[in-house]
Amino acid sequence: MTLTLDHPQSLQLRRLLEAGLPLVSRPYAWLAEQVGASEQAVLEQVRQWNEGGLFRRVGLVLKHRALGFRANAMLVLDVPDAQIDAIGHRLGSAPGVNLCYQRPRRLPQWRYNLFCMVHGREREQVERQIAGLLAAQGLSELPHQLLFSTRAFKQCGGRFAPAAERAHG
Amino acid sequence: MDELDRQLINRLQHGLPLVRQPWEALAEELGSSSATLRARVQALLEDGTLTRFGPMFDIERLGGAFTLAALSVPEQRFEEVAAVLEAMPEVAHNYRREHAWNMWFVLGCATPEGVAETIARIEAQTGLPVLNLPKERTYHVGLHFAV
Repeated sequence: MTLTLDHPQSLQLRRLLEAGLPLVSRPYAWLAEQVGASEQAVLEQVRQWNEGGLFRRVGLVLKHRALGFRANAMLVLDVPDAQIDAIGHRLGSAPGVNLCYQRPRRLPQWRYNLFCMVHGREREQVERQIAGLLAAQGLSELPHQLLFSTRAFKQCGGRFAPAAERAHG
Repeated sequence: MDELDRQLINRLQHGLPLVRQPWEALAEELGSSSATLRARVQALLEDGTLTRFGPMFDIERLGGAFTLAALSVPEQRFEEVAAVLEAMPEVAHNYRREHAWNMWFVLGCATPEGVAETIARIEAQTGLPVLNLPKERTYHVGLHFAV
């Protein structure tokens, strides 16, 4: 039993966590037993990863379509380069906008450089919400499009152990 | 799904407390018991409401890379091309969207080179050009669904 994890132990812990957190009363004690460390050392390592920003999230991945969030809209806008940061921050902090990213234009095929995701239960409600949002921000005149998803082919939480480490497992 | 399931899902979207007995802490918060909450999460995983539970690494911070990409797929080839992507472990999501660029997917790879290789493979296997739109700046991430 060690107080801190060595490198192979922390790699093993990462691989175990990629499968999810075990649903037991003391998940870190269970993980500690698997990697041959103490519960405290495992918990400390997980806290460090969390504080270091290595987790995208700590909780769960929802199948949002199964929960009734079927209207999934990608709003794309063509924003003048000089204004992209200001508009990106404003739209990103607007209610109902779940994700907001700048992405490159690919002219002539693709002119839009700002992407926002808005999820809702009904399409009409999402359309109204976005129209209201753009009007409130004074952005209705910017070239934009709404791309609703009509079918999800694949939606998984992702398991991304780097290949070199996957080979160990 | 009942009120406790809803409370649990809404709470867990903000994470699980990083303590020895996280379910005890949560049970106290929600006025339930540790065993009940764990059984609820297990049931939600089994019925497909949740696809995963636990900390999820940010692949970009580990040297990996994501991108959002799109294809403009002729209608008669849609199912065939969707099946090509379905078989690739690098493809994390794939949605049909109403647009000339009608297939939108996320690639997650261990390295930035892996993204380029995967795109080249998709182009070779489908004969279609990929629109590659990697994220340049993040303004907001807050994927929370009030259920």
